[in-house]
Amino acid sequence: MKEITVISGKGGTGKTSITGCFAALAENAVVADCDVDAADLHMLLAPEVLETHDFISGNEAVIRESDCTGCGLCAEKCRFDAIKKTDSGKFSVDPYGCEGCGVCVEVCPVKAVDFPPNNCGQWFFSLTRFGPMVHARLGIAQENSGKLVSTVRREAASRAADLNRDLVIVDGPPGIGCPVIASITGTSLVVIVTEPSMSGLHDMKRVMELANHFSIPAVVIVNKWDINPEVTSNIETLALNHGVAPVGRIPYDRAFTEAQITGRTLVEQSSGVPVKNIETIWEKVCRKLT
Amino acid sequence: MKIAVASGKGGTGKTTVAVAIATASSTPVEYVDCDVEEPNGSIFLKPEVTRTETVCVQVPAIDEAVCTSCGRCASFCRFNALVSLGTPPLVFPELCHSCGGCEIVCPVGAISWDDNPVGQLSFGVNSNGISVIKGKLSVGSVLAPPVIRAAKGAAAGSGLTVIDCPPGTSCPVIEALSDADFVMLVTEPTPFGLHDLKLAVETVRVLGLPFSVVINRSDEGDQGVEQYCEVEKIDVMVRIPHRREVAEIYSRGGTLLEAMPEMTVRFASIPGLIKERLL
Repeated sequence: MKEITVISGKGGTGKTSITGCFAALAENAVVADCDVDAADLHMLLAPEVLETHDFISGNEAVIRESDCTGCGLCAEKCRFDAIKKTDSGKFSVDPYGCEGCGVCVEVCPVKAVDFPPNNCGQWFFSLTRFGPMVHARLGIAQENSGKLVSTVRREAASRAADLNRDLVIVDGPPGIGCPVIASITGTSLVVIVTEPSMSGLHDMKRVMELANHFSIPAVVIVNKWDINPEVTSNIETLALNHGVAPVGRIPYDRAFTEAQITGRTLVEQSSGVPVKNIETIWEKVCRKLT
Repeated sequence: MKIAVASGKGGTGKTTVAVAIATASSTPVEYVDCDVEEPNGSIFLKPEVTRTETVCVQVPAIDEAVCTSCGRCASFCRFNALVSLGTPPLVFPELCHSCGGCEIVCPVGAISWDDNPVGQLSFGVNSNGISVIKGKLSVGSVLAPPVIRAAKGAAAGSGLTVIDCPPGTSCPVIEALSDADFVMLVTEPTPFGLHDLKLAVETVRVLGLPFSVVINRSDEGDQGVEQYCEVEKIDVMVRIPHRREVAEIYSRGGTLLEAMPEMTVRFASIPGLIKERLL
């Protein structure tokens, strides 16, 4: 089984729109939305949710006010500045600051700190018109997005194995941090979607370095290439110098937005130049996998 | 006053708006780039960097001569950053959250602290006199929040501080937003933009922060964002119309106010409008 992960560094380059097209063009794939912070792929694929699972990860400290003596040792030892004195002279934990390390639980002399498991969100197994999909929703202001990404990828791979599907298509998050690293480690091919701007160039360079850092093969697509043909060429040259093959260009086209508004992938919506380009790109991506 | 510029979805124009607020301001501005995974503010503000600083997090160092291999540190660590197999523990610095728990539970005082570099801060001033602090996460490092914390901590915070936040709704954004006086949520009028705006609104609401919305490319797409803001009684402070020339100027590292100088007055008025809101 193979897995491709679509990432961009910079947000808003068209990553999800293009992943949606790949999902439509793939013949035997499972789709995984690993942009768990701001998942959008379901808006194009309209999954029918078959299973909902809670995502429990880590713990969260909660001080029992009735047992707290107000000594303040917990607040003193908390490295995340997440414990504050209340008006009643007791202490309480800010759930958004707590990283679940357990230091306060350990140091409290009267054992007044509970440490229940943290429900950080949900993940779903669903069916779309193109096949199975695994996706998730991280709770607002929650930790552990990297672990949720790993859960989504693991489930997608296991469903693909069960259902005899030979490919997993992962829509990754923006950036280069924890959830991105969780999305790309061990994947077969990273597909970088960028745009020809100074920001796009800067950000794709960082994701390319990230892929190189983990020795993962990568290819690059320049979306909206005609906004700045010169920067497009620079991006492709830079990619080649990093051993990353440019696999195609897609012009700026309002049809992407129109497809989004109708809740469809572009390949279902139009037959224009961008779709022709995406079909060619998809063939090249598939060839890279064999 | 600290204005944080955020969005759920990436690529909606956060940096564009943050740069415009900073550039239009008539009072001294500090621009803090907290989008440390992909910091882009400097591409547009073009500061002359005068100083850099390495951001480190503390990770445990084990004195093997003292360690008794009891394994308490490893069983305490919630982040699996220490592993002990009847031996002095192996340290995985990239997993460490620097909570200090291992040192607390070690019965023989075998743990001290090493600095582990995770990113960099750079300091500079641009031709408009805007002071720019940029946080940059090292490639391969997972922990954005310490770099964000360091960037914010380096700001003097005397005049207007503009904080360019990362996208999303999880720990990096929370770190960047904490202690902001006001949040500008940048979105675009598309289904993705609306969906992620709702998440961003939920985030600032749980944090209890006052906010307004900026709609970028406001004449493209559909009416969903406008309708949502009306129903939720959310103030739309700025609408930036779509022009292909803006995208072209942006692609070369030019700013919104260079492309649309007529927007300068609106952006210059933002700190005053926020002050009125906060009264």
